[in-house]
Amino acid sequence: MNAFVALVHRDLRLAFRQGGDGLMAVLFFVLAASLFPFGIGPEPQLLARVAAGIIWVTALLAALLALDRLFQTDWEDGTLEQLALSALPLELVVLAKCLAHWLVTGVPLILATIPVAVLLNLDLHELPMLLLSLLLGTPILSLIGGVGAALTLGARRGGVLLSLLVLPLEIPVLIFGVAGADAVLAGRESQAQFLLLAGMLAAALPLCPFAAAAGLRQALE
Amino acid sequence: MALFSAAGLAASRGGRRLFQGVGFALEPGDALVLVGPNGSGKSSLLRLLAGFGRPTAGIIAWDDGDIRADLDEYRGRIQILGHADAVKPALRVGELLAFWIALAGAAATPGRVDAALAAVGLERLRETPCRFLSAGQKRRLALARLAAYDRPLWLLDEPSVGLDTASIASLAGMIAEHRERGGMVVLSTHQDLGLADARTLSLADYPAVETGDQDWWAA
Amino acid sequence: MATTFNLHRFANPARFMRLTDVVLPWLSAAAVASLAIGLVMAFRAPPDYQQGETVRIMFIHVPAAMMGMMCYACMAVASAAALIWRHPLADVAAQAAAPLGAGFTLLCLVTGSLWGAPMWGTWWVWDARLTSVLILFFLYLGYIALANAFDDPERGARAAAILSLVGVINLPIIHFSVNWWNTLHQPASIVRMGGPTIDPSILHPLLIMALAFQFIFLALWILRTRTALVRAKIDTLRQRAAAASGVDRG
Repeated sequence: MNAFVALVHRDLRLAFRQGGDGLMAVLFFVLAASLFPFGIGPEPQLLARVAAGIIWVTALLAALLALDRLFQTDWEDGTLEQLALSALPLELVVLAKCLAHWLVTGVPLILATIPVAVLLNLDLHELPMLLLSLLLGTPILSLIGGVGAALTLGARRGGVLLSLLVLPLEIPVLIFGVAGADAVLAGRESQAQFLLLAGMLAAALPLCPFAAAAGLRQALE
Repeated sequence: MALFSAAGLAASRGGRRLFQGVGFALEPGDALVLVGPNGSGKSSLLRLLAGFGRPTAGIIAWDDGDIRADLDEYRGRIQILGHADAVKPALRVGELLAFWIALAGAAATPGRVDAALAAVGLERLRETPCRFLSAGQKRRLALARLAAYDRPLWLLDEPSVGLDTASIASLAGMIAEHRERGGMVVLSTHQDLGLADARTLSLADYPAVETGDQDWWAA
Repeated sequence: MATTFNLHRFANPARFMRLTDVVLPWLSAAAVASLAIGLVMAFRAPPDYQQGETVRIMFIHVPAAMMGMMCYACMAVASAAALIWRHPLADVAAQAAAPLGAGFTLLCLVTGSLWGAPMWGTWWVWDARLTSVLILFFLYLGYIALANAFDDPERGARAAAILSLVGVINLPIIHFSVNWWNTLHQPASIVRMGGPTIDPSILHPLLIMALAFQFIFLALWILRTRTALVRAKIDTLRQRAAAASGVDRG
């Protein structure tokens, strides 16, 4: 447990000292989302109808930005081997790093959703539901992303390849995330969507670190 | 019945056989020095001994049990020092060491950190960010990890590279102290570290022979 | 990119080569014969009263969809075998299956689109099944890209094997979520291919075509695996030749 906290703490410290990753993701998110009115036109009704979808898709892409470096730097400087020798099983190493990734990118993205929602004329009744769906969904993105990052470790063109692998796997999260937020608009119950999202998170929590750790073991051979 | 042993080890890298038939047996307090020309497979052998990768033949055993049977438990017994120092430029010297100690499952008390830094002569740099360290100082910081927590087996790949004479002497001192406590060490080096009654294993003595086995590949 | 592997890890593939030397001609013959019969039956089947002649596209579309999924299953089983038993033949087989699967899913998508143009009046509809197949196609592309993304092909094979197993867990979730999403956005008014009951005049050619596709897949899979093995052998021989000439000079 100590070792787990130490690893999360170190990753947060590195992220804050080196700055960048979380901030870049948020900036990308805000910028990309504000491109949409230029692309599809500024009519408030149209924007309000697609706002949740735009926010979810851009958040999903923004969360991918820093992912290729999740294990890369540790792998290059020999830290990953030391992590493999630590008191933590590799599965927990992955979980700690995904948690740190979520705290650094996922949480700022959720906060940045509020101004972006205003820009896109999102119905304010929908905002709490959207935030809740992101709160449940973004950790899954970090976990699935962790699998992709582990599998592409040391690959040529790691970043693009990572997106190619991870995006199809994230479609269910996108579907239920947007549906959960949009249900309010259509006057539907949204409990089922949130339960499904929570269920996916519960499944991803053990499965993704397991797969990612298998990937890391291969990378270390 | 040695505590740490290997028998019949063979390895290949990128389809090329490096060595075969390598074996040794170590008791507490023993040191084994790997020598051989560049590319003879010293680093590959050390990685195999750390459980990274599988030998193409042979077995590595701890207390007569294959290390692959419980790799996690085995890895809790070793410390490795590779070519990379695993030093993060953004962290302070003391923070990095405290992190490694915590990660090894030990309590990262300030006293422990200071003692480990003192062992390599870095005690005055505790609050210095690692990006200000010279290559030699980074190497010494990596060595400080060896002193920071206790693991019975050290696997050191060229530990003396980039160190000055004084640091090499303190490295030799750390190894001697480790062996006195009953620790074992396997290291590769091009330099005589002056280790007392260390055994030497020359990988040049175990050349890989293309057996010309009757497999489909050679036909 | 050539599939080269560390030869020392290879189990002796001679047995596989010997076995497939015998099997492959028969499989190929079966594939050609069943395809010929299937095609004749397909063109003799009566046109559908609703869909007209376009119903014949189904005889390609449906088997292609089935094979797209079956290929993934074969790939995943081979990958699991490669990861668990480290049998290198399994690695080669898994990678040999992937482009075939991608081909079948692409065929399914293209025929679906061709069928949709007259039926729906548009080349693409986000129909639940088509969408699922599209995502499956993406998964194949990701697998192929990952398998070829490493300088060390063995590492690529392992990473891709893990990815294919992740895909197996994810596919039902994707399928379910796409179905759910589809019913949410489009009330089930779309004409689906193949109703609840299929007339024997349609069903029989369909079954023959499905069988033909199975044979085609098996024959191509074996052929691709053999090619990959031979390629690896050539690389091995070249490597040995290079090593031998190096020794002479040293």
